[in-house]
Amino acid sequence: MIMQDFAEAFRLAFGLVAAMDADLIEIIGLSLRVSLAAVFVAAVLGMPLGALLATVRFPGRGVAVIVINALMGLPPVVVGLLVYMALSNAGPLGFLQFLYTPAAMIVAQSILITPIVAALTRQVIEDMNFEYAEQFASLSVPWHTRIAALISDARYALATVLLAGFGRAIAEVGAVIIVGGNIAHLTRVMTTAIALETSKGDLALALALGIVLLVLALAVNAAVMSLRASAQSSAHA
Amino acid sequence: MLDQPAWSIASQLPLSVTGLCFNAGDTVLIDRLDLEVSHQGVTVLMGPNGAGKSLLVRLLHGLIQPQSGSIMWNGKRCSPATRLHQAMVFQKPVLLRRSVAANIDFVLGLKGRATLARRDELLMQANLSDKASQPARALSGGEQQRLALARALASNPEVLFLDEPTASLDPSSTQAIETAIGAASERGVKVILVTHDAGQARRLATDVVFIHRGSVAEHCSADVFFQQPASAVARDYLAGKLVI
Repeated sequence: MIMQDFAEAFRLAFGLVAAMDADLIEIIGLSLRVSLAAVFVAAVLGMPLGALLATVRFPGRGVAVIVINALMGLPPVVVGLLVYMALSNAGPLGFLQFLYTPAAMIVAQSILITPIVAALTRQVIEDMNFEYAEQFASLSVPWHTRIAALISDARYALATVLLAGFGRAIAEVGAVIIVGGNIAHLTRVMTTAIALETSKGDLALALALGIVLLVLALAVNAAVMSLRASAQSSAHA
Repeated sequence: MLDQPAWSIASQLPLSVTGLCFNAGDTVLIDRLDLEVSHQGVTVLMGPNGAGKSLLVRLLHGLIQPQSGSIMWNGKRCSPATRLHQAMVFQKPVLLRRSVAANIDFVLGLKGRATLARRDELLMQANLSDKASQPARALSGGEQQRLALARALASNPEVLFLDEPTASLDPSSTQAIETAIGAASERGVKVILVTHDAGQARRLATDVVFIHRGSVAEHCSADVFFQQPASAVARDYLAGKLVI
């Protein structure tokens, strides 16, 4: 029975993709838009924060590092609930009217992945800074030039950091289903669609969507891997 | 054409070190060290492993702060400002993950002197012109060290510290590095070189500082040091005996 479900799922998945099913394309498109926007926000906030924690010594830095690391394990449903409360009409950000829109989903996903990007960036930059620190000190490199150089030289490792953030975002369901509501043609993304089809008992369709999601994740991973490979053979090894 | 030397306005030399001490926990690594270094030539720091040579150049360059004692560059305390007119080449070159040319450009940019002509001149002096666009970390060990030296010279330093720059290099790479050091010295750059290689010291040194157990055991001209070393420990070292 399970094997039949798998076979049906693969058949459906290929059928949906081959037919360029409009609903599927819409769901994939929204999934990518929301997750990529969240990655962008996380990159803008998390990377400078991670670089700062890696290179600047200040009172409370150790606590900040522990907190950022701990926030990598934020439970999505808790984030979803907090964002829901903040964005609901009675909440402090209710005036934005973001609830049950893709914007709310981007906010929730950004909160989830910014600590991941910040913590991993800190680790990448700190390792490189450890290697470069004495040379930079010898050359009297100003702190802002130092951070810019570290980010520039670590950019391919940082691309992998963003990939980790994207992976967490695209696979996330708990938060986006709370703040987005899984509304067809508005806030339905891959994961919430899978949750819906599973609850309806249409396991084959749910599995088919899951296969498409996996292929998407594989494609993004492959793109980053090829980027790294080309980097290693270029002047930036 | 070389840039106008940064030290034409205010010389950093002579260097005067008095009562310098550095401890790591209870271990004394630099022990009340006194030293005077003049403007001219190549000053070579020699001594057995663990004597404190590499630590001393880091202290002189201001990368590490001593627990006590003073380091005066032409009467001024060692500070980030004095480091602006100095450069250092480490035993293991730390090259940026960029091309050969970009490594030079980085330092020229810091000094506000980023010009193609200057970069090309430095690459030519290092005999790396044909590798300008290659990844710096893909160079051979000798080439990496030549690039590190060219990058250090890009900052147009008055004082150049070299911490065993030819350790583990083959003779031809060593010769290339020594030629570059000699050329820098002839241009007026004060070179302070750490080496274990007595042959290299004979070829390059104007004066030799022999360090033993964190103190200066002997400081004299290279001719005197190699012909008639005054200290027993230096005599043993030059004779190839184990000096601990």
